[in-house]
Amino acid sequence: MATETMTTEQERQRAPSAVIRVTRRVGQVRELGLLVVLLLIFVGVGVPEPRFVALNNLGEILLSVAIIAIVAVGETLVVITRNVDLSVSAIIGLVAFVSGDLFKEHPGISMALVLAIGCGIGVLLGIVNGLLASYGGVPSIVVTLGTLYIYRGLDYAVAGGKQVSAFDVPDRFLSLATDTILGVPLLIVIAAVIAIIFALFLRYARIGRQLYAIGSNPEAARLAGIQSNRLVLLAFIISGLLSAIAGILWAARFATVDANAATGLELLVVAAVVVGGVNIFGGSGTILGAMLGAIVLATIQDALNILNISAFWLQAFYGAAILLAVMLDAFIMRRLQRTYLSRRLR
Amino acid sequence: MRKIIRLVGLWEALLVVLLIGSMLLGSLLSPYFLYSNNFSNILGDLSEKSIMILSMMMIIVVGEIDLSVASILGLSSVVLGNLWMHNLPLWVCILVALAVGTLAGFVNGLLVTALGLPSLVVTLGTLALYRGCAYIVLGQLAVSNFPDGFTTFGFGDIPGTIIPWPFVIFVVLAVMVIFVLHGSWIGRQVYTIGNNQIAARFAGIRVARIKLILFTISGFISGLAGVIFTARFSSARADNALGFELDVITIVLLGGVSIFGGRGTLPGVIIALFVVGILRNAFALADFPTETQSIIVGGLLVFSVLGPNAIVRLQDWLTRKHIVATITNYLQRSRSS
Repeated sequence: MATETMTTEQERQRAPSAVIRVTRRVGQVRELGLLVVLLLIFVGVGVPEPRFVALNNLGEILLSVAIIAIVAVGETLVVITRNVDLSVSAIIGLVAFVSGDLFKEHPGISMALVLAIGCGIGVLLGIVNGLLASYGGVPSIVVTLGTLYIYRGLDYAVAGGKQVSAFDVPDRFLSLATDTILGVPLLIVIAAVIAIIFALFLRYARIGRQLYAIGSNPEAARLAGIQSNRLVLLAFIISGLLSAIAGILWAARFATVDANAATGLELLVVAAVVVGGVNIFGGSGTILGAMLGAIVLATIQDALNILNISAFWLQAFYGAAILLAVMLDAFIMRRLQRTYLSRRLR
Repeated sequence: MRKIIRLVGLWEALLVVLLIGSMLLGSLLSPYFLYSNNFSNILGDLSEKSIMILSMMMIIVVGEIDLSVASILGLSSVVLGNLWMHNLPLWVCILVALAVGTLAGFVNGLLVTALGLPSLVVTLGTLALYRGCAYIVLGQLAVSNFPDGFTTFGFGDIPGTIIPWPFVIFVVLAVMVIFVLHGSWIGRQVYTIGNNQIAARFAGIRVARIKLILFTISGFISGLAGVIFTARFSSARADNALGFELDVITIVLLGGVSIFGGRGTLPGVIIALFVVGILRNAFALADFPTETQSIIVGGLLVFSVLGPNAIVRLQDWLTRKHIVATITNYLQRSRSS
């Protein structure tokens, strides 16, 4: 009798951990799957077109991923809390223009000041998003659809048809995008450092774990004493800040910036994040996955380019990628719930 | 209780104030605002949005959303253009464009109802997918050699009036929607689903089927909007009506429809339609570019999504206060007796 209760007790303790194990394995399967997809693309395209796998082309792919990857890190934090930030592309565009324009209008302005102003704008816009989405109690996708157009409108109002070109900004600013550290482009280093910091933050910091808790079960998180609103606000602020950093790097990389910069990029970022296995229903996903998602999308884009397939296919492809990833997530979630239920019933 | 009724009417009163305010603003911003042919311009610019809000309203009342409407509009427009470019008779082109729109909406509905995915995410995906398909169909090309009869329908007025032809379609559809939504069992089912989906299912309402039908209608109407847009500008391009979903969703929510479903009436939405139309027109007359106008429309969206929510919270608070007051009253009376 006593041993029987012991085993059920043990089983009961083991059940949730088994679910966590399954969830982790699903995550690893997704990451492995993305690596396989990458390998298939490299073999499939690299054999007929060897220049696709040439070292400088691979470097080019990583370089084009870097800016997207930084934004995707912020978006990952937001999506984990069961929210979405659609306004990232407008923040990138606004900050890119403002930082370029500051150099143009005030020659000799210190670079630190420009960086500070750019990041300040990002944080401010992130606060607006976060306050509306958390304390406003309305779906973030609708609120950030509104702020997407508001921020882009501000960009147009500030730019007013003007354009910043490479001659307007100092070389040391442009060198942000061209410098290398030990042969690795600075852009990639920045993106990697940001990704690693936030990967560690999400995995080990208490706040990081709480973000997952909010996304996976908001009600339970509230009962556990987690300050959901405050943390969702934090996630949106980080997303705004990282979009601003991406905007500054955008200005440094492309040098020519007008009010249209980064239009429509939010769909690419959301696609990268959900393809990377960050569950759009919140509560699961890793930075590593999101980075792999971004790399896969950029690789496919480059492959289409090399294969001379029209770039017009890209947007349809991003849309299909979002849909497929979400369908896969829903399928996995349903399976997990079934496993969990059957374990509990036994 | 009277307070609560007064609060519901508050939103419509606010809309009327907004409408008058935007008219005043318009007449201040430009001397041309009050010209009668400018009124025709306002109605003309609302041609597509006015019909798209009808289906969007029903979808939001049922508790879902369709972000892909503008992309379906673009897709239907380029399909029409591409077929016309290949010398098919115009009526065939229009029919196929409508069919493509309907199919696109049907796919949305299927993904939402059969797979149980949230419509916000599904239609965000199809927003990109359908717009991408539009680029695949026509690329950077623009088709513009449409026959006169077609374009006259697009931007001509009914002879002797200042009412553009496409507005007639809106009036016909709006009357149909008012009868179905506010005067038939179908409408009551739609509101019931929006209020409590599970209760609706237990009451024997075919939730999935109604949602599927509404998404399909939304696709058809967006396709129709694509035909009207093509006629009005005599141009079929892949980036037609980019960003229209902002205006359509803003108008519906500004009209007092709750983003959580189950609340809102068509008359409110129609007032909101004119508020947004007049504001866009006024700022366009004052030479503000479309993107800058979007600050105001985006701001209205944020305001209207927060506003009803705040009113609901206020109502809750008032009811709670009412209940507390009743209980204390009762306690006091029982103590004194």
